[in-house]
Amino acid sequence: MKKQSFRSDLSRAKGLGSAGHGSEHWMAQRITAVALIPLVIWLIYSILNLIGADYEQFTTWLSQPLNAILMILFVIASLYHAMLGSQVVVEDYIHNKKLKMFKLIGQKLFFFAIGITCIFSILKIALA
Amino acid sequence: MSDIFKKQRPLSPHLQVYKPQMTSVMSIMHRFAGIALSVGSLLLVWLLLAAATGPEAYNIFMVFAGSLLGQFMLFGWTLALYFHLCNGIRHLFWDVGYLFDLKNAYRAGYLVLAATYILTIGTWYCVLYH
Ligand code: HEM
Repeated sequence: MKKQSFRSDLSRAKGLGSAGHGSEHWMAQRITAVALIPLVIWLIYSILNLIGADYEQFTTWLSQPLNAILMILFVIASLYHAMLGSQVVVEDYIHNKKLKMFKLIGQKLFFFAIGITCIFSILKIALA
Repeated sequence: MSDIFKKQRPLSPHLQVYKPQMTSVMSIMHRFAGIALSVGSLLLVWLLLAAATGPEAYNIFMVFAGSLLGQFMLFGWTLALYFHLCNGIRHLFWDVGYLFDLKNAYRAGYLVLAATYILTIGTWYCVLYH
């Protein structure tokens, strides 16, 4: 496989990247993507094992420390990744400035709200 | 001076002008899958909140999950997740500088489609015959 570089000669010479927020956003999207690979595999494996589980079995499973921790990590990684991703989608397609701000802020609050809901629920079950 | 350049500069053609190709179709599908998965997160929130609320709320979720609509949504969720997972790995290869030449971009694309198909079918085989 041939490896290709994105950097211009000047940027390579200076050894510095962009100083804006774009690179942080981009990097965070990739870091959460990498974290999600094992987490997604764990989640699907767990769901397949939990098919038909009743309330008792499900809450017992989720109160295992390892399961509770991995579920919290999945929730944080996936919602953060989804928040970053849908921000880009809105930026690409919504050109009306006011509507764009409204959507971006609304989206952020929405993801925070469902993230807190998930984490609180997991902790309540795990620490019950 | 800038006037001359302005007049001679070609306009970028609209998207509809291009013939859809496997690479471009997969690119927009990655976006659709990402959005579908974001909406699908609501199912997970519902499950966790219901389980934290009590047996009755949990059972309501389970009845929904087992219904035709619920199964349809879960099938869509696994399909979107597997496609986005596999194609996301293809993206990550690009991000570190590999698979840019046409041949490998296509090869990896077909590999993603095959893996998505196998993983989705395999998962639902496990669901139906567990
Ligand atoms: C399974 C592991 C996952 C991997 C490896 C992954 C990978 C990626 C990558 C590399 C991108 C950037 C694509 C680009 O630059 O255009 C991306 C975008 C995105 N992802 Fe994921 N992702 C994963 C899971 C998820 C999940 C669980 C969700 C939703 C809950 C999600 C939602 C999104 C969204 C909304 C975007 C933005 C789409 C766009 O910009 O076109 N991803 N993903």
